[in-house]
Amino acid sequence: MIEIQGLRKTYRAKGRRDRAVVAVDGVDLSVSEGDVFGVLGQSGAGKSTLLRCVNMLERPDEGTVSVGGVELTALNRRRLRVARHGIGMIHQHFALLSSRTVAGNVAFALEVTGVPRAERRARVAELLELVGLGGRADAYPAQLSGGQKQRVGIARALAARPKVLLSDEATSALDPETTDSILRLLLDLNARLGLTILLITHEMNVVKRICHSAAVMRDGRFVESGAITNLLHRGDSELVRGLFPLDAPTELPGHTVVDVTVSGEQTDAPLLAELSRRFEIDVRILGGSVESLAATRAGRWRLALPDGSDAALAFLRERGALVTVPQPPLRLEPAPVSLTANQEAAS
Amino acid sequence: MTWPELTDLLMVGLRETAWMVGASTVLTAVGGLLLGVLLVLTAPGGMLAAPAVSSVLGLVVNVARSLPFIILLVAVIPFTRAVVGTTIGTDAAIVPLTIGAIPFFARIVEAALREVPPDVVAAATAMGATRRQIVGKVLLREARPGLIAGLTITVIALVGYSAMAGVVGGGGLGDLAIRYGYQRFDTQVMIATVVVLIVFVQLVQMAGDLVVRRLSHR
Repeated sequence: MIEIQGLRKTYRAKGRRDRAVVAVDGVDLSVSEGDVFGVLGQSGAGKSTLLRCVNMLERPDEGTVSVGGVELTALNRRRLRVARHGIGMIHQHFALLSSRTVAGNVAFALEVTGVPRAERRARVAELLELVGLGGRADAYPAQLSGGQKQRVGIARALAARPKVLLSDEATSALDPETTDSILRLLLDLNARLGLTILLITHEMNVVKRICHSAAVMRDGRFVESGAITNLLHRGDSELVRGLFPLDAPTELPGHTVVDVTVSGEQTDAPLLAELSRRFEIDVRILGGSVESLAATRAGRWRLALPDGSDAALAFLRERGALVTVPQPPLRLEPAPVSLTANQEAAS
Repeated sequence: MTWPELTDLLMVGLRETAWMVGASTVLTAVGGLLLGVLLVLTAPGGMLAAPAVSSVLGLVVNVARSLPFIILLVAVIPFTRAVVGTTIGTDAAIVPLTIGAIPFFARIVEAALREVPPDVVAAATAMGATRRQIVGKVLLREARPGLIAGLTITVIALVGYSAMAGVVGGGGLGDLAIRYGYQRFDTQVMIATVVVLIVFVQLVQMAGDLVVRRLSHR
């Protein structure tokens, strides 16, 4: 549904060629129809620029962007405008018109897409019902809570019956409870309307709750990306480390310490009990958790087994568990870099 | 001077001031909105970014705003003659008043439009709105409270400018205060004129505030 190839976008400070900032540095991305794809990264990782390139709010310097089979990078202004009707977008700070009521904000999207006046009223009511705001049609945005404002944003984004929804940190300005209710709404829309969702976030919780696929972005590049069920089988996945945080690795004399990741059916199987019984070893759990992700159920533990339990580790692998040496916790921020002469002079 | 004489003088002055200020306000509102929108659109990073046009417009506005109004009033006399056919009288005063006020209001319009969050403009763009829709339905509409507040300031500035219209025989309350109150030492007329001006300005400000309150939903 969304195909991005070789996307690159550089910002240049005015008149300072040497101060160019590479926001997106060669990103390939493919989001299939009906998927919920999350791009996770710290602020400054380039994820916002990436998202704004999908509907051409920012023109990429290089690369192609296609949505629903239409190559947006090749369109002129007028045809791009029409193509944008098929791509909804929601924003961190809601971006509602303060001078219009809730109904007026949704109607605005219909006016823009050229829906005749006579049809607007019914469609507005239908959309507000869809997002659970039926009773607030005549309120102004300033009278609403953050969660209600985002619901208006969602209703507005869906006005033109788009196939794709772009979400720019849509829950980052909301408290945890409201975040949950908005995420539930997005999941519901994904299921009921078959809406394809591409979202960017710095909150691991968002990926956990609604994403089927995800990418980790750092310094303008995707460090990893794919279906979460696949990432769970990759020993080096940063995303998995982020979803199931463990402390920094520690040694335990006389023991082998390993990280074990399980997913799917194995998650709730009595794996550790069986391990203990079958090999007659004492298994210690040093940390870990089991979670219901949107993609699947999965868990990750740090176990300490007595030295020489190789057969036990082989058994775990045989049962589909991923066994790795303990890894440090995930750090999303870029590794510290030495200051260039330029920056030193400035500071 | 008797009361009836005084009230007659004041009524004539008030009518002249109201006409000068009213007519130039309408013309300024139209011209200032256009110029202000152009300033925003042509600015670097604007929807119709055109650096050359933007700097020329900015320069013209600054030059016009640098001239003391009394100088502008005299300087545009040839233009006034071309437009209204005469260089004296109330109608003739409307031309310099408008020319003086348009750049002033345009800057206020520019500032008010810049107050509209870029996020909101981006949202409208992402929905596929045309540039005309963005200017009309987003920028101007969202900035309405600021625009009305700015227009109120402009009207009151015009009341002040119009006091100088006496130079070209424009009449009005300010002219009355200068001719009778200042030049003839008639304190009674001076005080009466000032009182009427205070009430006039007060009413304008109250009306402006009322409209702003009605329009503002932030």
